[in-house]
Amino acid sequence: MIEILQQHWLFLLVGDYPKGPLGGLAMTLLITITSMVLAFPCAVLVALCRTSGIRLFVWPSTAFVYLIRGTPLLMLVFWIFFAGPVILGFTLSAFATIVIAIVSFQTAYLSEVIRGGIEGLPKGQTEAARALGLGYFVTTWKVILPQALYNVIPGILNNLTAIFKESSLAYVISLHELTFAALQVMNFEMRRPFQVLVLLAAIYFCCCFALSQTASWLEVRVARKRERDSGLIQPNAQLAQA
Amino acid sequence: MGYDLDFSVVLSGRYLEMLLSGLATTMLLFVSGWFLGLAIALVLTLIRATPFKPLQWLVAAYVEYHRNVPLLVQLFVWYFGMPQLLPLSVNRFLNQHNAELGFAVIAVSCFMAAYMSEDFRSGLRAVPKAQREAARAMGFSFLQTMRWILIPQAWRIALPALVNQTLHMFKGTSLAGIIGVVELTDVARQIEDNTFRVFEAFGVVTAIYLICTLTLMLGGAALSRRFQLRT
Repeated sequence: MIEILQQHWLFLLVGDYPKGPLGGLAMTLLITITSMVLAFPCAVLVALCRTSGIRLFVWPSTAFVYLIRGTPLLMLVFWIFFAGPVILGFTLSAFATIVIAIVSFQTAYLSEVIRGGIEGLPKGQTEAARALGLGYFVTTWKVILPQALYNVIPGILNNLTAIFKESSLAYVISLHELTFAALQVMNFEMRRPFQVLVLLAAIYFCCCFALSQTASWLEVRVARKRERDSGLIQPNAQLAQA
Repeated sequence: MGYDLDFSVVLSGRYLEMLLSGLATTMLLFVSGWFLGLAIALVLTLIRATPFKPLQWLVAAYVEYHRNVPLLVQLFVWYFGMPQLLPLSVNRFLNQHNAELGFAVIAVSCFMAAYMSEDFRSGLRAVPKAQREAARAMGFSFLQTMRWILIPQAWRIALPALVNQTLHMFKGTSLAGIIGVVELTDVARQIEDNTFRVFEAFGVVTAIYLICTLTLMLGGAALSRRFQLRT
């Protein structure tokens, strides 16, 4: 296995990059980061729609979330890959296809996480802000979102891990990312497919394990901070009772 | 756009048969994967509940592998990697008996088991410690405590997560098409390939997936309402 790594590490890392298209782990990272950056604002928007209480916004956003949650990502990739060109009139690149698929998919999941954060805040926050005369948008932007998003940082990180894993589906549409590169190496190392695949799994494992461990570490920190914050309020509450 | 939707092509004759057999394969993958996964998960949870450290680490490693490696790569490891480790006679047997489906079932159930056992474990941990201690003090054995005291409470706590995971796994079966199992997603692609009817082929299959997943979601919600913990 060390031998395979010695021979192919550059290919697994960046593909044919200086001479050809970018590939390998670098491509996987590029897909992951692009998808996350695009999915995040969309998810906040959908979460705000779902918590707005206005039917015109609640219904379409709820329908969207259920529709996406009920469809396999691979199906979504095929929709965009095959139906996209028919609708748009021009072909999408494989990179655009996978990014659009993951963004629409993760917008739904991430919006659920963010909605949980928004609904998890004490009602008093909105009420106090509104009582102070802040409008809906200022309340959302300055009071609700900063707290809600802070509280769901671990959840967001878990979604980032999910995106990292989902980017492996780009293999299906022949985008030269990590899985694709590894399968090319596997075809090269005909006699040792198992070793190559274990290596591939190990690379994914290291990246995702680091991410998910960070997420659970942050979870503890966020929980502690919230405890401390509520601890700050409690003495006052006791005073009020006395 | 000038595209006439015509579902009759996809919903009749040969293609209807393909769709139905694809659906059957997906269901087979899902049901067998789920029950096998459940069985493995129960064993894993039991092992993790025993106070023997190295075994616990082994289970933890199993769970972390399945949670941190994409399902697609797990499928590849089983389908492309495993035959190298198996003796020739076994491989020959497998190739005559639909190896793709067999490996897909194994991969999906191992994947499911890892997540399920995590859900069980957090369910068990959420039951107050005093419950176990009280049961043991009253003379219940380890297994009896599990059977009568802990599991009835734990699975109710774990139910929402389990439903989510079931959904996740059901959608995961679509990946089996990539290693050559002719399931629903693969059938959609084949029909599209033959007829160039993009919207009909993917529309019908997406609708089937949605019907199944929405049923699962509604069923899960009904179950957790029915078995709510009353305290």
